Amino acid sequence: MAQMTMIQAITDAMRTEMRRDEKVLVFGEDVGVNGGVFRATEGLQNEFGEERIFDTPLAESGIGGLAIGLGLQGFRPVMELQFFGFVFEVMDSIAGQMARMRYRSGGRYTSPVTIRSPFGGGVHTPEMHADNLEGLMAQSPGLKVVIPSTPYDAKGLLISAIRDNDPVIFLEHMKLYRSFRQEVPEGEYTIPIGKADVKREGSDLSIITYGAMVHESIKAAEELEKEGYSVEVVDLRTITPLDIDTIIASVEKTGRVIVVQEAQRQAGIAAQVVAEINERAILSLEAPVLRVAAADTVFPFSQAESVWLPNHKDIIETAKKVLTF
Amino acid sequence: MASKEQKAQFDVKTQLENVTEQFKTLQVLNEEGEVVNEAAMPDLTDEQLQELMRRMVYTRILDQRSISLNRQGRLGFYAPTAGQEASQLASQFALEKEDFILPGYRDVPQIIWHGLPLHQAFLFSRGHFQGNQIPEGVNVISPQIIIGAQYIQAAGVALGMKKNGKKTVAITYTGDGGASQGDFYEGINFAGAFKAPAIFIVQNNRFAISTPVEKQSAAKTIAQKAVAAGIPGIQVDGMDPLAVYKAVKDARERAVNGEGPTLIETLTYRYGPHTMAGDDPTRYRTSELDNEWEQKDPLVRFRKFLEKKGIWNEEMETGVIEQAKEDIKEAIKKADETPKQKVTDLMDIMFEDMPNYLKEQYEIYREKESK
Repeated sequence: MAQMTMIQAITDAMRTEMRRDEKVLVFGEDVGVNGGVFRATEGLQNEFGEERIFDTPLAESGIGGLAIGLGLQGFRPVMELQFFGFVFEVMDSIAGQMARMRYRSGGRYTSPVTIRSPFGGGVHTPEMHADNLEGLMAQSPGLKVVIPSTPYDAKGLLISAIRDNDPVIFLEHMKLYRSFRQEVPEGEYTIPIGKADVKREGSDLSIITYGAMVHESIKAAEELEKEGYSVEVVDLRTITPLDIDTIIASVEKTGRVIVVQEAQRQAGIAAQVVAEINERAILSLEAPVLRVAAADTVFPFSQAESVWLPNHKDIIETAKKVLTF
Repeated sequence: MASKEQKAQFDVKTQLENVTEQFKTLQVLNEEGEVVNEAAMPDLTDEQLQELMRRMVYTRILDQRSISLNRQGRLGFYAPTAGQEASQLASQFALEKEDFILPGYRDVPQIIWHGLPLHQAFLFSRGHFQGNQIPEGVNVISPQIIIGAQYIQAAGVALGMKKNGKKTVAITYTGDGGASQGDFYEGINFAGAFKAPAIFIVQNNRFAISTPVEKQSAAKTIAQKAVAAGIPGIQVDGMDPLAVYKAVKDARERAVNGEGPTLIETLTYRYGPHTMAGDDPTRYRTSELDNEWEQKDPLVRFRKFLEKKGIWNEEMETGVIEQAKEDIKEAIKKADETPKQKVTDLMDIMFEDMPNYLKEQYEIYREKESK
């Protein structure tokens, strides 16, 4: 076991899979000699050579098409989108093509592509670098969307994503890349896609969340505990497909729920979770299910980020409304 | 001082003229079926020449029957192909079975001749997923609907072939409108940068639905767009099957020899509407222009050429026509017999392992569809 940051765990996952399966290819902008702008592919070109890990021309749509074509020739492409805010350039390849490959070919062809990409706020990026666009992906049938919150989960989930025979969007929250270390096993292990994880047990309130908000939620839970509330934190880990069973089990246990997302409120993952709870567990609820989310503006210029991004204080405020309803 | 500065400036006008000047149309057979370029004459046996003619005649009949079946409501989406036979079929004829075709929606004839059973082409037209279930060993993907998307995928297929050490090519088709798409540039540029064995064909039939090619770009030819990607670009007479064959065969040779991709612009014309879904070409084309292009007809000139060689006659042509009609009848029958598509069938092919939310919905639709 080694202590790793999330970015190290991500590199380790790619290294593990590249060693195990020679059909795994890693490519994108600046992933070769440079090791990626966040160093996610650090050292990989030295070990595996330019045939298997290579820089592409600077064109996201072309990278997506390349991944689809390589997939058709039996490769297992792991493409990096340098920042997820650039995804609009490659939306057709992702939502229009990869997501439909199995479907439109009647199962004849697949797109076993993993799209890795940094996203999320709080690191003072320029415009179009930090946007929380996961909802856009989750709404496209044929895609799976994974968002880890810890180094351990990141490695196990990324290995699962690479081995998956359907396209998986793997979103890496930039603020979590180097924020803390955790014990991460050497070698291969997998965490199933579509399986949530109860990160903290509790009996009075469930916070259902994912990504960087897992840590804000845990912080909120710890403060609420000082006031005598026992708070459970459910980390979705995969936002599509949702782990309905784990969500509902937690709701039935606590009877009070808030759903927390970093993204803007409109038509988000939290709304989907609330709808699922209403359809399946309304009689277990002691209070309305409330959301904590960002304002419905464009992702803010970095100077307004700290107020715009939901934090543990916002979570405590909303949690108390539900706890005292 | 001023004159010195002027002298040092780049002569942009001459530069552009020089580029365009270099893109002359490759032609082997003229409209009378006479060989005008012996040096470019491809090395084809009489049997191969007859086979190419057979395919062109067959496909013209297939187009006529498809249009009439569409009018009877027995086919769905259909993009007419008459006029483009040389461009479509002679390019496919230059391929090997292991080469991979990424077609646009008008390029159904190429994938039929590459091995797609005819009844599946009809199922594709009718909107049944089994039309897209390409049989094992047939190296094509179903026609692309998003203009240009097949170009970037072709770069990927070609790079994959190269990495797998195969001596094969990926070939893809779009139209003159497609050459305006970002994916067109990204596709040829990626393939060039990776020296991937790809052939990019632009069938310039002069109209993207209704928009004339002159409004697509300031470039005088589409072939010259290859210059910016650093790859060979060739313009051919797309109504001349031998010129098309020659250009593709040479491009294939270069590709499998590790020399990278080629862009080929075929100058052609679609006689019919854009699709059978209500397009009216009289709104944007004159009958004079239609007539001018019909004079260049690929079947007419190839027939003249073969007849002069004494290897084609009316009896052979009638035989092909009868065969085509017979095959089409059979294929339609087979398409009619294919079980109706269900929503549950579609759920089955969304993922390798059906997620729980789909399993729940599957039960709902299974119930609905069993009634």
